[in-house]
Amino acid sequence: MATSVSVQNLTLKFGSAEVLKNLNLDVEEGEFIVLLGPSGCGKSTLLNCLAGLLELSEGQIHIKGKNVTWAEPSERGIGMVFQSYALYPQMTVRGNMSFGLKIAGMPKDQIEQRVQRASEILQIGPLLDRKPGALSGGQRQRVAIGRALVREVDVFLFDEPLSNLDAKLRSELRVELKRLHNRLKNTMIYVTHDQIEALTLADRIAIMRGGIIQQLDEPHTIYNRPANLFVAGFIGSPAMNFIKGATTNGGRIFQSGEINLDLSQYEGGAVMDRSKAIIGLRPEHITIVDAAIPGQTIPAVVEIDEPMGADSLVWLLVDGRQMSVRVPFEHRPKAGTPVHLKVDIAKSSLFDETNELRI
Amino acid sequence: MANSPTLSGPSGAKPRPFITPQRFVVYSVLIVCAVFFLFPLYIMIITSLKNIQEIQGGNIFVPTMSPTLDAWEKAWNSACTGLYCEGIKVGLWNSIKITVPSTIVSIAVASVTGYSLANWPFKFSEVFFAVLLLANFIPYIVMLYPLVIITSKMGIYSTLPAVILVHTIFGLPVQTLLFRNYFASLPQELFKAARVDGAGYWGIFFQIFVPMATPIFTVSIILQVTGIWNDFLFGVIFAGPTNYPMTVQLNNIVNSATGGKAYNVDMAATILTGLVPLTIYFVSGKYFVRGIAAGAVKG
Ligand SMILES: Nc1ncnc2c1ncn2[C@@H]1O[C@H](COP(=O)(O)OP(=O)(O)OP(=O)(O)O)[C@@H](O)[C@H]1O
Ligand SMILES: [Mg+2]
Repeated sequence: MATSVSVQNLTLKFGSAEVLKNLNLDVEEGEFIVLLGPSGCGKSTLLNCLAGLLELSEGQIHIKGKNVTWAEPSERGIGMVFQSYALYPQMTVRGNMSFGLKIAGMPKDQIEQRVQRASEILQIGPLLDRKPGALSGGQRQRVAIGRALVREVDVFLFDEPLSNLDAKLRSELRVELKRLHNRLKNTMIYVTHDQIEALTLADRIAIMRGGIIQQLDEPHTIYNRPANLFVAGFIGSPAMNFIKGATTNGGRIFQSGEINLDLSQYEGGAVMDRSKAIIGLRPEHITIVDAAIPGQTIPAVVEIDEPMGADSLVWLLVDGRQMSVRVPFEHRPKAGTPVHLKVDIAKSSLFDETNELRI
Repeated sequence: MANSPTLSGPSGAKPRPFITPQRFVVYSVLIVCAVFFLFPLYIMIITSLKNIQEIQGGNIFVPTMSPTLDAWEKAWNSACTGLYCEGIKVGLWNSIKITVPSTIVSIAVASVTGYSLANWPFKFSEVFFAVLLLANFIPYIVMLYPLVIITSKMGIYSTLPAVILVHTIFGLPVQTLLFRNYFASLPQELFKAARVDGAGYWGIFFQIFVPMATPIFTVSIILQVTGIWNDFLFGVIFAGPTNYPMTVQLNNIVNSATGGKAYNVDMAATILTGLVPLTIYFVSGKYFVRGIAAGAVKG
């Protein structure tokens, strides 16, 4: 597949502060990329650079093989949707959607055709003559998406388009966005700090931190094989459990105090001996058992449990530190009970504590 | 239902006494202020309706029994302003000729400048803005003489264009500040969306921002019209005798000493001069407050 958007060695400074640091990103045609990261990591900044709303300090941007580093936003073949909708309040929905096309000098009947088509896709036909002030949040965001749609561009940029909506609307529009992408097959670059949105929508997720992409992979890989400690801790809710220790016996055993875990199932074999290692265990990859199994279990004491509907999140104390385990609601143990935690080593993640990278 | 609360206790809106201490204070202050500002107006109106004998003989606070509009007629048509005796009506027309263009030009320039400063930062825009802020605090007396020389060199001293130019210049700092702050308070994403849509500098200004800026334009127009209308100094210095605004004519009427003081004419002329700003405040007070509240004075 052809590359749709390509970012090379992009650096962006606000004054002396480097917000994006020598960043590289290649997006395939038709791909849905989600930029995910904590607040202030530079997601919006990257998106604004792609849109041409910010001038790069260094680097290049290519869209559809064309170098658009110095091109105006409207010349880049992009459409953009903002968190605050950013609809022009004095114009009707139709006016909002046709504004850009009018500026581009498109004939009236053609504009009308495009507006009709987009409003059918987004089911906003009955709203066309209303002003944004007379629309609900969800309707406004649809119109904002419509305004990007009518441009019939190859690349859509979304900056947290759903975060101003309530939970129910958000999940509805999320599904609709996915449907839209399946139908249009455009390249979409989508900023969010909502993990669920990222995991459900993305073909690939780029996890960002401090202006650097930490990992760019499919959601499944990001979740199951996080490239470093930051990604491991950032993705997943409830968060991954971490135990500090060391790998011994030629990397066949993870050892921490009383705990000894057999690593022979870990990603197809032995790792080297490391004096400082961290094992990461997701709460759903641990089961509670009654009896110890050598090399596979960790002794623990139940502290409290948080019922979450079908499941219950059980908090336990291991060596004085907290760990969480997800168990079916009817199997939750009583507080104070000593139990053993059976670990699925094949699904765990090992990190080197010194450089925080996956082993 | 033994434990359910009875319906006999307090229910619905809590009754409040008509006069509370807070209200008493608020109303007292308001009434005192109102009397303070309305009393002179009262004196002016009743005096302007008297004839000159009644003024010389009677009590200044007591309204006349036989009101007459003679003084008003004289003030409008035939009061002497120095050499001419054509009343204050000449000044009205001059004031309009000065105020309208000055207001339009200054607001046009200030709105575009404010928009640039808020949305199109250039290399030294912050410095420029700081200088502009500073200009607000320079006493304008300092600049009068240089401006006299400049306008003379330009060959427009003592003409309408000179006084319009001066009003525009002195209006700019405050006006630009108002517009910059207003535009800066609009959502940035709106500006970005318009740029993605391909709108340029003027397109965004006229099609997106101006239609959203009614409140600040209202405030700005009110400030400029009343400010320029009330101006005396620039008018007397830069306009030249044939273009003297109403305020200057009024001063001449009051000061032209021919015979005894015609207080009734003076009062009538004063009210006539003040009528324009007064009307503006009455008509637009609501919009003015609304404009201020809409972020006109926010940082
Ligand atoms: N105009 C600006 N001038 C100076 N610094 C800025 C400017 N805009 C953003 N920054 C800084 O750049 C960094 C990245 O900002 P950005 O808006 O890209 O974050 P983000 O990842 O989108 O965060 P969020 O999830 O909160 O939207 C932040 O530390 C921010 O303070
Ligand atoms: Mg952001």
